[in-house]
Amino acid sequence: MTAKAPLITFENVTKRFGKMVAVDNVTLSVQEGEFFSLLGPSGCGKTTLLRMLAGFETPTEGRILIDGQDVSAVPPNKRPVNMVFQSYAVFPHMTVADNVAYGLKVDKVPAADRKRRVEEALELVQLGGLGGRKPDQLSGGQRQRVALARALVKRPRVLLLDEPLSALDAKLREQMRTELCTLQEKVGVTFIMVTHDQDEALALASRCAVMNRGVLQQVASPNDLYEFPNSRFVADFIGTVNLFEGVLAVDEPDHATIKSPELPCDLYLDHGVTGAQGGTLWAAIRPEKIELKKRPEGSKPPKLDDAPAGTNAVAGVIRHEAYLGGESLYEVEITGGRRIKVKRSNLTRWDQEDFALGEAVWLTWHACSPAVLLS
Amino acid sequence: MARRDPAGPLEYLRRWQMQAWLAAVGLFLYVPLIALMAFSFNDSRRNIVWKGFTLKYYEKAFNNASLIEAFGNSLTIAAVSTLLSVMLGAMVAFALWRFRFPGKTALDGALALPIVVPEICMGVAMLVFFAKVLPWPQGLPWPLNLGAIIIAHVSFSFPFVAVVVRARMASFNREMEEAARDLGAGEWRTIQDVILPHMAPSLVAGALLAFTLSLDDFVITFFTSGPDTVTFPVKVYAMVRFSVTPEVNAASTILIVLTVILTAVALRLQGDPAAAAGHGGGDKK
Repeated sequence: MTAKAPLITFENVTKRFGKMVAVDNVTLSVQEGEFFSLLGPSGCGKTTLLRMLAGFETPTEGRILIDGQDVSAVPPNKRPVNMVFQSYAVFPHMTVADNVAYGLKVDKVPAADRKRRVEEALELVQLGGLGGRKPDQLSGGQRQRVALARALVKRPRVLLLDEPLSALDAKLREQMRTELCTLQEKVGVTFIMVTHDQDEALALASRCAVMNRGVLQQVASPNDLYEFPNSRFVADFIGTVNLFEGVLAVDEPDHATIKSPELPCDLYLDHGVTGAQGGTLWAAIRPEKIELKKRPEGSKPPKLDDAPAGTNAVAGVIRHEAYLGGESLYEVEITGGRRIKVKRSNLTRWDQEDFALGEAVWLTWHACSPAVLLS
Repeated sequence: MARRDPAGPLEYLRRWQMQAWLAAVGLFLYVPLIALMAFSFNDSRRNIVWKGFTLKYYEKAFNNASLIEAFGNSLTIAAVSTLLSVMLGAMVAFALWRFRFPGKTALDGALALPIVVPEICMGVAMLVFFAKVLPWPQGLPWPLNLGAIIIAHVSFSFPFVAVVVRARMASFNREMEEAARDLGAGEWRTIQDVILPHMAPSLVAGALLAFTLSLDDFVITFFTSGPDTVTFPVKVYAMVRFSVTPEVNAASTILIVLTVILTAVALRLQGDPAAAAGHGGGDKK
């Protein structure tokens, strides 16, 4: 089976503003029907990338293809993409229905057809019956729905979303997250979303691109991004992580050992390391993948089945605790002074009482848990 | 009986200082106007003692052909110069807001000149200009003979319009413009559908400003008007030089009432008085 031609392709796209490089040689393609997310800290160039796709900026170098067509010379009003702006940019002097109808009116869609499509679009975003309202009579969430309807009613090939949920309060954000997902499944349009919120990207996207300082760091599914990051930046940006700098001591096809000066024990891996050419590498362990066990006086290190004795277990003392209800976050100081973050689900109602400040504990993790990073 | 609460920290209106201040404002701002109006009904040649109610000075004013002509001239000049000022001011403000071009700072500064230059200097400058540089042809039929005054009025009132419009455009959300483009509108369509509606309140406010500036301008008009192009303020000045008669009061009262009605109508047309002042109603929540 041959892969379908991508709907959108960025080919070696670079954008400079004066001396500042906003987007640095990005090559990326998005397939039809994807919910694609551009993720990165503010100023990483993700919004510039989106704006180039919409036509509000032109690439300094490289080309952008939509449906195989180079759109570099196409003005924004002639592109088959529509955008939901961060501020929603709902026209304040028009009613909700007029807002949604605007794009169709500009395209000279006949009035009857227009009316039907506007009603459908409003129904789609659950604003049926509110067409006669003015934007200042709507809540923030409703205004966002207007912006969504206004863009979707034009039946774009791609819907661009610029930080769509950032202006909403926490509860509403959660709700809109689910709705965006459902909406995308319903209309089947390709969504490209820019966000700095990793939770948002992981929850919504089918594929994410992580950017930093204009450079594309990794493009992967949310799961791969979290569990198999390709660099320290990605591992640290997505979620929290404990990073241990070290060198490979053993590297066999079916197992490997990393020695880190920060860890009193060896780090045992149940797989070989590919691509390592000696020198420094990093082991990244997520806080929830570390198990916390009580450490009575004189007890021996607990042993998980998949790691040999003397590896993947360190002694420590709880130095900081944050109880979050469903889970608790701990900072455990191990021999040598390094603090390790551990996350623990509170499975019973008494769980959090077992591990108080100053409690002596064992930290253990499975041989498959650390991700090995070469950069 | 319950004692009155002490004034809260934000209840300024219940403090005597504030009340005194408001009383002073009322006294110095409105009492002269009310006195002027009241004495226009005074049945006396002199404006000092109340002798009884009469409308004869209104009758006199309406029968004073040269006063009526001056009044007509003033309204015509104000209407035409307002129209031109709003167009010019809006275009300048738009250019300064939208584009970057060489000499932008210079233009910005030059724009403020007519606002800061003393009116008397402007007046003399206009006098020289229309005498030496661009002599306005004499003896043209009405209203063409008012051309020089209209040009003079436009030149000092369009910067005010520009300032008001620019202030309004500062609150414009650029994403709004991009949204229109994104939805398929071309540049002109975007201006018409999104930018102009945002600008509208400031256009009305600017027009009001230009109209009143033109209507009551004396100094500059004095230097640019000829014997057959007398405006209302110039005419009143000429009448006052002989004596302050209730006729002048009557004419002034009519002018005040007219201006107040016009302003009320403009604000009514606009719906939102806050937006008229450029505070941008409810579009920025």
